[in-house]
Amino acid sequence: MSLKIIQKRCVSCSLCEQVCPVKAVSMTEDGLPLIDSALCNLCGICIEKCPTGAIVRVHGTLSSQEDFDEYKGVMVIAEEEEGKIAQVSYELVSKGSELASVLKVPVTAVVFDSAQEEDLKNLSVYGADRVIVIKGEILGKPLIGPRSRALYELIRKEKPEIVLTGSTSQGRPLLSRVAVRLKTGLTADCTHLEIEMPDRHLLQTRPAWGGSIMATIMTPNTRPQMATVRPRVMRKKTPDYTKRSEISSFITSPEILTDPVQFLGVIREETSRVRLDNADIIVSGGRGIKSPENFSMIEKLALLLNGAVGSSRPPVDDGWISHSHQVGQTGRTVAPKLYVAIGISGAIQHLVGMQSSDCIVAINKDKDAPIMNVADYAIIGDLFEIVPELIKTLEKKKTG
Amino acid sequence: MKIVVCVKQVPDISQSKVDPETYTIVRTGVDAVVNPFDLYAVEAALQIKDKTGAIVTAISMGPPQAEDALREVISMGVDNAVLLSSKDFAGSDTLATSYSLAKGIKQIGEADVIVTGRQAIDGDTAQVGPGIAEHLNYPVITDVNGFLEIGDSFLKTRAMTEEGYVDLSVGFPVVISVGKGIGEPRMPSLRNKTRSRKEIIPVWSPEDIDADKSLLGLKGSPTQVVKIFTPEIGGQVLFLNGEPLAQAERIVGILSERHLI
Repeated sequence: MSLKIIQKRCVSCSLCEQVCPVKAVSMTEDGLPLIDSALCNLCGICIEKCPTGAIVRVHGTLSSQEDFDEYKGVMVIAEEEEGKIAQVSYELVSKGSELASVLKVPVTAVVFDSAQEEDLKNLSVYGADRVIVIKGEILGKPLIGPRSRALYELIRKEKPEIVLTGSTSQGRPLLSRVAVRLKTGLTADCTHLEIEMPDRHLLQTRPAWGGSIMATIMTPNTRPQMATVRPRVMRKKTPDYTKRSEISSFITSPEILTDPVQFLGVIREETSRVRLDNADIIVSGGRGIKSPENFSMIEKLALLLNGAVGSSRPPVDDGWISHSHQVGQTGRTVAPKLYVAIGISGAIQHLVGMQSSDCIVAINKDKDAPIMNVADYAIIGDLFEIVPELIKTLEKKKTG
Repeated sequence: MKIVVCVKQVPDISQSKVDPETYTIVRTGVDAVVNPFDLYAVEAALQIKDKTGAIVTAISMGPPQAEDALREVISMGVDNAVLLSSKDFAGSDTLATSYSLAKGIKQIGEADVIVTGRQAIDGDTAQVGPGIAEHLNYPVITDVNGFLEIGDSFLKTRAMTEEGYVDLSVGFPVVISVGKGIGEPRMPSLRNKTRSRKEIIPVWSPEDIDADKSLLGLKGSPTQVVKIFTPEIGGQVLFLNGEPLAQAERIVGILSERHLI
């Protein structure tokens, strides 16, 4: 293992030279750091301090470049919900085609068995150059085992340089298994993807600590580079209805399709009309709501805004609402365009689950509540007076 | 019957505060705790133990002080524990971590059920549970929210999805990752607390688990962090004053203008 300087990122600030505890770094006449490998103990302080991320660790010896050259193209694994291709898959096909145009390679969308013809066409409308349907009835079921083995076979055959899927209950475990099998890197829950040329590296940026820090991650020495991407972060591109792509089938070996896990059925939750993960708008209630009956006020407001109902922890613990609505550390992490926090003081466990929202409105009686640290707009007062007025105003606006 | 539960020690986020200048979470000087989701994993393992009489072993990978996390889960009713600790493990990404834990679990002896938390709250990847399953070639069920049935050689689970729930049935061996719906983690009993103080927790090195050192730690990690930065969040909050009606009209006006509603 050693350290490598990415020259074009270096701004010659010489911070690395200053922070190195063993004086292994010296600046050359060209203004680039030179690392004396005899002195360097790989402590990584310079990597942390470098403001532009120009110093990276290189593990072992690089696989020969010939190996890398075999891997070409961007692959997006589509998923279904309620019998249709999920929105996140169109978002990723859109993003994938953007990355692919930098790499000058095609984008391939992969669908597990059950997709409808209409949906397959839509994948090309949003940018897929090819669509591959992996055949096998069992693959239509949300079972990780058979899907991961089938996908592994396909990736071994197709050799894409990048594999993307949604950071969802289906996508995360699927790629976790496949990445381990391929012995390559997988970055979870990315919110930004970018190609670094000429090395064709995928820079994968993701929030950690519930969004309080961001990390950019690379998979420099293995292919494919794999990432799951947070739904609703990448924008779908303008559909091109004239685009047609080649649709083909992939037949796996039948023995990999049997699995010890048996599918018994799904239960769709009635109450979450719009689900937290996909919602553009979330209206959440907290302890300040005072009683389960009052939660109907939150639901009414959410319905008017066509948003989802969220909750902080206390209403869930008191049984006012099911925990699938909980936003925060032990619930869901969300990042809608608009988050309305009603009667939520903003414990840190709640803030880490929603602070990446585009716009946050807080309705609270306490102007010093921690929620104000992350809010864009604050309405201080009695929520039992404010929310009904808000509902009335919105109803008036709707009827116009 | 054997159950292994995986536990990670993480910094206690509830002690940290938001920095009023940068709006980021200040994490320095906070204590370490058991990853909250892993407490649900322990609870799930103990629910299976209650039904089947299985032996529950906790495993953790981390610095020597991660032993505290293991003592805590013993006080909840876990039978024994083992710690993977060596500088060779340091800097592991999810591939190297799941390899190390899988090797450790093999060393404990063929487990019928392996339980992990849904995700760790520091890394937030949710990749290690399914990764362990792949290394061991076991099936995996993620995001388990409750047991429909606990059998002597099978589990029927209800797992959480974006749409609601999915019900699955699986024979042993299996890896499951669990979330909050499993039920509140039980409180330590006096007897288990005493036992947790006395229990000898073996510390295993790569040699003890027959691990290939080139697959551990930084060396065994295909992903590299190249940059860490703080996102631009927060900023100035705008207080909308006035009577409730005026406040309501003002916020609706602002949000419409910004095309948010």
